[in-house]
Amino acid sequence: METKINSPFKLTFWKGVLIVIWILGIVATIVRFSKGLGASTNLSDQFPWGLWIGFDILCGIGLAAGGFTLAAIVYIFHIKRFYPILRPTILTAFLGYIMMIFALLFDLGQPWRIWHLLIYWNPHSVLFEVGWCVMLYTTVLALEFSPILFERLGWGKPRKWISKVLIPLVIAGVILSTLHQSALGSLYLIMPEKLYPFWYSSIIPFLFFLSAVAVGCAMVIFESHLSYRAFGHRLKMDLLADLGRIMLVTLVVYAILKIQDFSGRGVWSVIFQNRPETYLFWLEALVGVIVPVIMLAIKKIRLSERGLYYVAVCTITGFLLNRLNVSVTGMEASSGVHYFPSWMEISITLAIVATGFFVFSLAVRYLPIFEHPEEESESESSELAEEILNVDTMPK
Amino acid sequence: MSKPKALLIDITKCIGCKACVYACKEANHLPEKEDEELASTSYTVVKEKEGVYYRRLCMHCNEPTCASVCPVKAFEKTPEGPVTYHGKKCIGCRYCIQACPFSVPTYEWESTKPLVRKCTMCAERQKQGKITACSEACPTGATIFGDRDELLNEARKRIQENPGQYVDHIYGEKEAGGTSVLFLSSVPFEKFGFPTNLTEEPLSDLTWKIMSKIPNYVVVSGVFLYGIYWIINRRMETKELKNKSKDKE
Repeated sequence: METKINSPFKLTFWKGVLIVIWILGIVATIVRFSKGLGASTNLSDQFPWGLWIGFDILCGIGLAAGGFTLAAIVYIFHIKRFYPILRPTILTAFLGYIMMIFALLFDLGQPWRIWHLLIYWNPHSVLFEVGWCVMLYTTVLALEFSPILFERLGWGKPRKWISKVLIPLVIAGVILSTLHQSALGSLYLIMPEKLYPFWYSSIIPFLFFLSAVAVGCAMVIFESHLSYRAFGHRLKMDLLADLGRIMLVTLVVYAILKIQDFSGRGVWSVIFQNRPETYLFWLEALVGVIVPVIMLAIKKIRLSERGLYYVAVCTITGFLLNRLNVSVTGMEASSGVHYFPSWMEISITLAIVATGFFVFSLAVRYLPIFEHPEEESESESSELAEEILNVDTMPK
Repeated sequence: MSKPKALLIDITKCIGCKACVYACKEANHLPEKEDEELASTSYTVVKEKEGVYYRRLCMHCNEPTCASVCPVKAFEKTPEGPVTYHGKKCIGCRYCIQACPFSVPTYEWESTKPLVRKCTMCAERQKQGKITACSEACPTGATIFGDRDELLNEARKRIQENPGQYVDHIYGEKEAGGTSVLFLSSVPFEKFGFPTNLTEEPLSDLTWKIMSKIPNYVVVSGVFLYGIYWIINRRMETKELKNKSKDKE
């Protein structure tokens, strides 16, 4: 695949950044595993879950939500026009999940026992559900991703086998990720007296799911913009605008649920209290919901590439704020301590994210991830979509 | 089977001597170093608030949050009362520490093979027919050990017989579904930072309401999604066939 590399200097600069991040990450990794969590993190008995859970897991999994949203759109609803962006999205989701598992290995006190999830079952635990969803959905994503690899290697047969089980696979993927996205919210259901009322809610699983769908679309728009800048692959505007519309609907439903929830629990009375939580909540609501909804409601913005890109950036930022508010800032008041991640926590997170970007760029370079836009518009559907629709038995 | 046991801690009788703390450390082979708060090296602490001494320790809930959230079932509520921990299963997710409404479980943060640590209500000693180390050591009878229902009666009796001396509330009788550690106090419990916003409903019910629906959700949405796929696919196929026959004509 042809790639555009902007300038050799820029590449070395980013390479340099990557190497620095990796070195810091390796140092932090050594400290983490030779001295334990106490020496490497700012976690404590009062604050047992920090950046790794809040950012790497809650945010990481959410940002990978584009994978199931788009797989459902393309394969189940047969909206084939979206096929060109399916592969990069599935790749992102797959990498996102693998990165998340890596982060989990740092966060678990005894990661070498992670297989205990397979043998000691506790169906009452949300974390049990999360663990199983991660295992199964990562497998599904690997299988959904495998045709790309088989294509590159020229393996026809396994490629065919996969496409035969693709529909059940996609359905399993959609079910698993809806469960998983909402379960990350359900983790907090059991802490009504710990999580600040702006974020605690009995409908938090639904809120987590909806915001994941919205941010999944935002991530597709965002990635499409980045990949255009880096590799020159441009996505068609009408696809992006459609994603914008899905985002608009999802965010409006989210806002309505949130308003209902606030009324039901009588949160309005504390909504303007002078507390750090209030400012963070309003920032989150403004950046993540109010501004994107207003922008998306304006047709001119929804139909412009730049406008959509800004909407996506807003929504993603708001989403990150929301997940960090739930997992970190919303827990501070009840914990009685102030938590800020140590440099080692931050550098391990950075190293994992940087590695993700690095692998993504390699994959885009060496695997058939981005279809050629012109071909797509001509034939309108891809080979894979054709197979599913059985049109290859018909004369062309 | 014997009745479930409990501890009754009458804060008005506590003189802050910390005999319970030292006895606990000895019984559980914990390092002698004293901690201000519950820690992996202290399963119980005696604290002071405005001249009143009180204890902190695991409440041994009837429906423990820790046992509910643990993905590998490392916690177990025994019929005798104690909530015990099976360290061999623990993967170190620390959800128990995060979720416990009483902020009790602690972690061995400095260890490279860390485990969760908390009061065991001397489950091992109880098996040998002994009472908990803390209640054995208490010189004033501030901490006593017995059957839970008997201790509840005793607590009610003390409140009734000494009007004005106690807050009319047995902390732990109903909190989060009831606990095996019961407190009596002369000062409102929120003064000590005890969570007073807990309902009588066990916290685990909050998640079970959602978790119990998962099997149904999986089946229903599986059928629903496949149905959508099939209907749309069918429509597209018939459309193709129509086009095809038109072409032939």
